[in-house]
Amino acid sequence: MNTILFIIQKEFIQVFRNRMMLPIIFVVPLIQLIILVHATTFEMKNIKVSVIDLDMSSSSRKMISKFEGSPFFIVSHTSFSDKEAQKEMKKGNVDMILHIPYGFERRLVKENTAKVQVIINAINGASAGLINAYSMMIILDFNRELLVEFLSPAMLASTRNINVSTSYWYNPKLNYKTYMVPGILCLLVTIIAFLLSGMNIVREKEIGTIEQINVTPIRKVQFIAGKLLPFWIIALFELAFGLIIGKLLFSIPIIGSLWLIFLSAAVYIFVILGFGLLISTMTNTQQQSMLVSFFFMVIFILMSGLFTSIESMPVWAQNLDRINPIAYFIRIMRMVMLKGSDFHDIRDSFYSLVVYALAIISFAVWRYRKVT
Amino acid sequence: MENPSIIVRNISRSYGSVKALDDISFEILKGELFGFIGPDGAGKTTLFRILATLLLPDEGTASVEGLDVVKDFKKIRKILGYMPGRFSLYMDLSVEENLSFYATIFGTTIEENYNLIKDIYRQIEPFKKRKAGQLSGGMKQKLALCCALIHKPAVIFLDEPTTGVDAVSRMEFWEMLRRLKESNITIMVSTPYMDEASLCDRVALIQDGKIMKISKPDEIVADYRHELWAVRSGRFFELLSDLRAYPGIHSVHAFGQAAHVAFDKSGMTAEDLRKYLINNRHKDVVIEEIKPTIEDCFMELMSSEK
Repeated sequence: MNTILFIIQKEFIQVFRNRMMLPIIFVVPLIQLIILVHATTFEMKNIKVSVIDLDMSSSSRKMISKFEGSPFFIVSHTSFSDKEAQKEMKKGNVDMILHIPYGFERRLVKENTAKVQVIINAINGASAGLINAYSMMIILDFNRELLVEFLSPAMLASTRNINVSTSYWYNPKLNYKTYMVPGILCLLVTIIAFLLSGMNIVREKEIGTIEQINVTPIRKVQFIAGKLLPFWIIALFELAFGLIIGKLLFSIPIIGSLWLIFLSAAVYIFVILGFGLLISTMTNTQQQSMLVSFFFMVIFILMSGLFTSIESMPVWAQNLDRINPIAYFIRIMRMVMLKGSDFHDIRDSFYSLVVYALAIISFAVWRYRKVT
Repeated sequence: MENPSIIVRNISRSYGSVKALDDISFEILKGELFGFIGPDGAGKTTLFRILATLLLPDEGTASVEGLDVVKDFKKIRKILGYMPGRFSLYMDLSVEENLSFYATIFGTTIEENYNLIKDIYRQIEPFKKRKAGQLSGGMKQKLALCCALIHKPAVIFLDEPTTGVDAVSRMEFWEMLRRLKESNITIMVSTPYMDEASLCDRVALIQDGKIMKISKPDEIVADYRHELWAVRSGRFFELLSDLRAYPGIHSVHAFGQAAHVAFDKSGMTAEDLRKYLINNRHKDVVIEEIKPTIEDCFMELMSSEK
């Protein structure tokens, strides 16, 4: 037992003697949280619209002013020519073209129906969908006002109407930051734990110090425990630090129990450290280890449900995600922090992580050899 | 005193198709300072790694202090000090931190075995707060030796401890090894420098994974069968080829500024050789009779092996 403590002590001396280490632990999470939380937003604002109003009527102007009044749209270009508007879109100056044809108002009054055309730049499919939804909302709104204007109150009362009222649970203001912060915290902890553990043992191999360690009576379990525990402590500390920043800067809600967050994190970090350790035992240089870690990390992060929801992935990808530890942890973090889930709610993900941690660490320990 | 500390029987080890060790057997006595002399790639490091329980032999058995290197590796690691050829202490830890780390993982303290290392440690103690990575080559080796000795091992293996170290530090290092003998520690050391061989109790000449000869340094020299001259002249490169062309000469090797010429006792005189060289347009020819060194013996053994 004492041997483990001596190794831990040695690791801590080495970690903090590394001049880059303190900035990495304190500054990187701060910057990541500040930049990523603001940058990775899916909300669309300032969608630039080119308007072609061939009708020039009070109705068409009313519709345009509805777009102008929306916080999502800016009318940045007007013209009477389709070609000109399309050229603007090609240049990337506008994201959407609103085309109001000649006779729009007359048809509305005479035939009770009229058409407008909306053309959306769909290079980014997700944002095109959003632009479409926003513009539909505005046009529907316009429609409803028309009804009020043209129909007499008696007629209005007799029209059957389904009134849909929506409320957003767990994130009532649809605040994107609330959704992102738990996920980005997960990434932060993951990156620190994965890279540090992945580089550590392989570093001893590369420098040659492992030769000297291997001829000592240190047992491999002691050696590995002494190697992993410092990073486990650092990663947990990192999570605490990140939570404090999240609370102070973004006032993200932490509805569930902090203990549950840290209990899950404690298990999760073992999974990640085990992964790093495994890579460390299989590679011979820090460069190799770095590349292999990076390969896994990119896949795990992109499939983690941080940016795209797992439910909308194809079924095979969802099955593949069962071996993605980050996905489990992000799910747990979001559930506990935003929904206030208790242990009972997250038990499946939690037990999966426990099994994962045991499996990967035993595999890594088994792989690590003192003798060749 | 005369019981063996290290016994190696028919050890072989290959890396792929390369045979690094080929059926090696020897014994080292307790408290002996035993040297392995051989060129790079001779198999010295492989042998050291097998005895240090870091590498498994393909064939054969070996024991250290009566413990088998394969079965009892855990016990061996407690009584063994190993200094790999490459500096392998923590560069980012200070001298003192390195030493106390190695002391603690062996369950001891610096104070407990200070006596054993004090002669060596005293020389680096002024720098004990300095990081190991900032020490000079000689000081690094002294620190590594301290770390290998801190748990009072029964046996120490030093793999090329003086490679890349200046001449003064090398001599100091060997003096330390001689002094360690007094503590009855068995020392097995390897070196590519022939001049260090004479400082060992016994040496093994090793090449291409085979031991060519094991004996006391003075016996190896005494066994040298040829006469030996050192020959110098102004045109060194041509000197070597001219000497090789001279009939009756057994071998010619370059030793620094001189060519060592070995020949059998056949009535060859220095005068004849001098005339021959002057005829071949050599100037300032100097010929002197010399005693063979270990290096001469090694060269001789090497060429007779081939």
